[in-house]
Amino acid sequence: MIGAITAGVFSAPTAPVTNSYESIATGVGNGSSGTISFTSIPSTFTHLQIRGISRDGRAVSVDTGYFVIKSDTGSNYAYHHLAGNGSAASAGAASSSAPSNTSQFVIPGTSAGASIMGAIITDFLDYKNTNKYKTLRTLSGVDLNGSGNVWFSSSLWMNTDAITQIDVITGTGSAWTTTTQFALYGIKG
Amino acid sequence: MAAGSTYTPIATTTLGSTTTTITFSSIASSYTDLVVVANFKMGSSTFQPILRYNGDTGSNYSSTTVWGDGSSAGSNRHSNQNGIYANPGAGVGTAGQFEIWTINIQNYANTTTYKTSVERFSNPQSLTNAGVGMWRNTAAITSVSLTAESGSGDFQTGSTFTLYGIAAA
Repeated sequence: MIGAITAGVFSAPTAPVTNSYESIATGVGNGSSGTISFTSIPSTFTHLQIRGISRDGRAVSVDTGYFVIKSDTGSNYAYHHLAGNGSAASAGAASSSAPSNTSQFVIPGTSAGASIMGAIITDFLDYKNTNKYKTLRTLSGVDLNGSGNVWFSSSLWMNTDAITQIDVITGTGSAWTTTTQFALYGIKG
Repeated sequence: MAAGSTYTPIATTTLGSTTTTITFSSIASSYTDLVVVANFKMGSSTFQPILRYNGDTGSNYSSTTVWGDGSSAGSNRHSNQNGIYANPGAGVGTAGQFEIWTINIQNYANTTTYKTSVERFSNPQSLTNAGVGMWRNTAAITSVSLTAESGSGDFQTGSTFTLYGIAAA
């Protein structure tokens, strides 16, 4: 039930097309592992999206994380990001790198205030297309009320395989907290 | 396993007159994330929309943005604010121009963590930004409001606001 506004009238929008945006799986941190895995991803969608809140166990205010696709830890990744730290914009990039050498999104660590979580949304576009390398687009952010970062990232997996597994990994292997939750969705086109 | 359609429009409104505050209230806790899509124009370029939760107007919000205006890029911050502003530290650009603010409120119904959102704001004549916002409260979000910063900069006729819910498996 949604309440009225001060002016105007709320209405129910047009009924959604069913099964066009579907929840596939949810992964939750356990406090001991720095990896959350989505496996056996079906090929029935056109794009994938991961949405979530996260925090890791590293003793910093802001940490970074990355994705590993199909267990490929070779130098088959690249990324670019645009970042804001509250006072200046900056950029970063890497090419032909192992995923552990890419910084694809930001995460709060244990030095962030208690109860603070980072937010992330990542799109995996055309994930099952076997004629293309795979492009990811991420919006992530950590705000600590006086510090923090927001990142726009574009990442590339230089492989034409369909994506069937995605690992979400903390930058230095510290554990995801038990409050961390990532949800994988499939989008049909 | 897929759980069926999970991106659900909850409510929408198109303004027939100038309005100061839009509120989505009595939001069910059955979703995982909320998405607000606001396509609006302000009566003034100086003022902007302010996002608030559960009617909280206290200094319990903060945000960080990165922006570009076609000639430069930068980053702004708000701390201990009375809401999350679409473009902290500046106005929204040209008045009378439809602008878009999409707000992704993650895990809004949990009662363990502060509430974090990631947003995108665009005024096609002026600037674009991306931001992260935080509400320092562990309460579940049951209402979301957008308030024009000043009465003279109210949301104009034709502005639309839609709330979506996304439910994870």
